[in-house]
Amino acid sequence: MSGPALGLAVSVFLACAVEAVEALTIVLAVGYTRSWRSTSVGVGAAVAVLAALTAALGPALAALPIGVLRVVVGALLLIFGLQWLRKAILRAGGVKPRRDEREAFERERLAARRQGQVREGLDPYAFTIAFKGVLLEGLEVVFIVLTFGANQHDVGLAAAAAGVAVAAVALAGLAVHAPLARVPENTMKYLVGVMLTSFGTFWGAEGAGAHWPGGDGALLAIVPLTLAASLVMVWLIRRRTAATRGPADAGAADREPVSEADEAMVGA
Amino acid sequence: MSRVVSLLRFVWEFVVGDDWRIAAGVAVGLGLTAGIAHSPVAAWWVLPAAILLLLGLSVWRAARRRA
Repeated sequence: MSGPALGLAVSVFLACAVEAVEALTIVLAVGYTRSWRSTSVGVGAAVAVLAALTAALGPALAALPIGVLRVVVGALLLIFGLQWLRKAILRAGGVKPRRDEREAFERERLAARRQGQVREGLDPYAFTIAFKGVLLEGLEVVFIVLTFGANQHDVGLAAAAAGVAVAAVALAGLAVHAPLARVPENTMKYLVGVMLTSFGTFWGAEGAGAHWPGGDGALLAIVPLTLAASLVMVWLIRRRTAATRGPADAGAADREPVSEADEAMVGA
Repeated sequence: MSRVVSLLRFVWEFVVGDDWRIAAGVAVGLGLTAGIAHSPVAAWWVLPAAILLLLGLSVWRAARRRA
């Protein structure tokens, strides 16, 4: 497997696993609280819409000339990746709260309970929440699969990586019957942000007419440089936050959990 | 009409996200790269430099706002 193909598979797998974990939390919360039947119908309907979107947009993207495809996909991946990386840096820097699946599960469960009695037949609340949750998380998966796959002329590999990720998360969810709170979700989001930004930079510049020194090998420099630059930003934010809190709160800052970026670097 | 507006708003939020300056900066960075690529000067460094600048400014602005 070539370097870009491996990068494609890893990026798509991580991105899809993260989205699947978030969708699973929503599905479990409404399923347990309201109705499994209505939740399953909602999930099925969302999967059908996502499949139709993929079938419609996939061939349309593949029909674009490679230069146009690279610049369009590069721009979209860059905008998308930079949003992911920005949020991940702010989370790792302690400025933005990290996502906690247990908290999200409890929030969804409380909201579902407040809707009163479960209706006979199809419960509209369970259906709508499951449908919206899976559709919104799935749209990001479809976007990543199509953009990476079309650009590498390997939608099959991207779809396979996405399928393995979704299946792994679904099986794990079935096994534990609880949100997957121990998945290092924030670290995974950080890495996905780095990968999307790096591939977006590579393809975007190529599509705009630039020639990378070393061809595809340039990705081996772009990925670590993007990661290193983002880690410097995390360090600067944490330093600034500690300085703003002052010496009285310095201990509190030290007691904060290790940042996702630090965890990523030490492999925790 | 309100459905069309809602759909457009959703697409905007899905693609552009929290900071529209990132999307605008990416467009400018790609334009600059394309412009320099048609000159004798190497253009590969323009986009990474623009990305680092954009990301740094966006993160810094958000951190200052939330501090």
